[in-house]
Amino acid sequence: MTAAVAERSRVLAALDTVRDPELDEPITTLGFVSTCVVSAAGDVVVRLRLPTYFCAPNFAFLMVADAYDVVAALPEVRSADVALEDHFASTEINAGVAARAGFAVSFAGEALGELDELRRTFLSKAVLAGTDQVCRPLVAAGLDPAALATMTIGDAPPSAQLERLCRRRAELGLRTDPAAPLLVDPGTGAPITGAEVSLHLARARTSRVGIEANTGICRGMLRHRYGTTGAGEEEDEG
Amino acid sequence: MYEKNGEKYFVVDTHMHYWNAAEDNWVEGAEQYAKGWIECFYGYHGLGPDDTRWTLEKYKKYSEDDLMSDVFDKGHVDVAIFQPTDLAEWYKEGFNTTERDAILFEKYPDKFVLNTRWDPREGEDGLKTLRHNVERYGCKGVKLYTAEWRQGSRGWKLSDPEAYKYLEACQELGIKNIHAHKGPTIWPLDKDAFDMTDIDHAATDFPELNFIVEHSGIPRIDDFCYLATQEPNVYAGLSVVVGGLMHSRPRFFARCMGELLFWVGEDKMTFGSDYAIWEPKWQVEGFVDWDFPDDEQYADYPRLGVDGKKKILGLNAAKLYGLEVPEEYQLGYGKPAAQDDAKLVTQ
Repeated sequence: MTAAVAERSRVLAALDTVRDPELDEPITTLGFVSTCVVSAAGDVVVRLRLPTYFCAPNFAFLMVADAYDVVAALPEVRSADVALEDHFASTEINAGVAARAGFAVSFAGEALGELDELRRTFLSKAVLAGTDQVCRPLVAAGLDPAALATMTIGDAPPSAQLERLCRRRAELGLRTDPAAPLLVDPGTGAPITGAEVSLHLARARTSRVGIEANTGICRGMLRHRYGTTGAGEEEDEG
Repeated sequence: MYEKNGEKYFVVDTHMHYWNAAEDNWVEGAEQYAKGWIECFYGYHGLGPDDTRWTLEKYKKYSEDDLMSDVFDKGHVDVAIFQPTDLAEWYKEGFNTTERDAILFEKYPDKFVLNTRWDPREGEDGLKTLRHNVERYGCKGVKLYTAEWRQGSRGWKLSDPEAYKYLEACQELGIKNIHAHKGPTIWPLDKDAFDMTDIDHAATDFPELNFIVEHSGIPRIDDFCYLATQEPNVYAGLSVVVGGLMHSRPRFFARCMGELLFWVGEDKMTFGSDYAIWEPKWQVEGFVDWDFPDDEQYADYPRLGVDGKKKILGLNAAKLYGLEVPEEYQLGYGKPAAQDDAKLVTQ
């Protein structure tokens, strides 16, 4: 393996940590990374693509900025050129990211503020969806849903879904210690108790459906638009 | 109409278009948006079955004959409702204007319902146009596209005071049905891009109007479901839900349908093909044949039977628009009356 090849896999591994905030999945596995080239000297060129010309620019900005940050932070990288292609706002987005300007600066007069709130909104949905992923198998195995109200994270059997849920909770600043309640309001961190449980579980299920249906549409459109596999793209279950 | 297994379905396509996105209709200097828009639509087109695909060339501008054949001759549709979208900043004569749709409406008045549109940023002039359109075409509904660009502004909300003036005018003019596009959106940039609280406000303040949320809020179907459960006059428009998911993602389609049936219910869901994004034929046939996959993960959801499908495919929309439905398409036609129908018979 040459140094450049090894470096490319490190860059791709870094890009694996960048998620589409709404779909809650890495941009690599979604197929959004069309190009990832690393020179022997450590100059990196990454090109991103999206399912449509009109994908929401706020999400696009977050992904391009996050991709730039993780690539530029790699020790062996000398320069990072990260840009979005084929998008109605790519000029503003790419210029803003390259200049390390925030979103509001890049879209002066058109955006009311930075995107932290947007991130939080969708992280909350990801926590709800993750709650469904963790709780559904337990209920399917015979657990009374009401019993979930008194369970802690430590009571839930270890699984990849539980780890993922804890990571999302941590990003929102919610407790993830073994004694933390399993069911919490993602906005406030308050435990869900008693009569609230069934509505909370229904919402968790609906959030998961929303994210997965949306992912399905995005993947279908990306495939129709480009017909090529992105760097690190993985098939979903369809 | 569509008949299957002895059941007759009255089909109202509540969401379709007669657009012109041909290159000679692109506004100079905005070509990239005009091109991007129709190619974005074409991306959605790709989610339909392979054998229903058109070329991009035909897709940009299809003929009257194409539409009449696809929608009525082959597509099983009894009545089709035009939902205009102007996009005048990108298309010289507009993309799919009230006037363009009116060409077909005036030629085939028994086949079409013509909705119009408004934009609160057009002020008094817009109100005049709205009155004129209602007088001329008898519009009973409007299509609202809150993400439309206009003179540097890139969107508006139903809860804006200017929008309330128009909603008041709708009530006064006899417009009952407000079709709001709350689906894939391009603008504004901040959190408003996926926010539906403006519909919530308007639905509460205008209880006599019906708010049909087109595309059921996809990609934010969860937000839509919570809103629809709180407001009795909010409906789920299934355009894009059926066309975009039923064929391409059957499992997700089943779950979206399940969620809508769970939160919104079959009495408040309306079918729309979104023609020419997709043809109605495969959507109507597929929907009549559709059922939940036999799998535990769908156990939470209410089932959808023949009557529910009849409501969604046409009867609900016929009620909203006061359309006459022949007797043999009504629920329960030709079946023994249920006991509760015999109101005057004492047990």
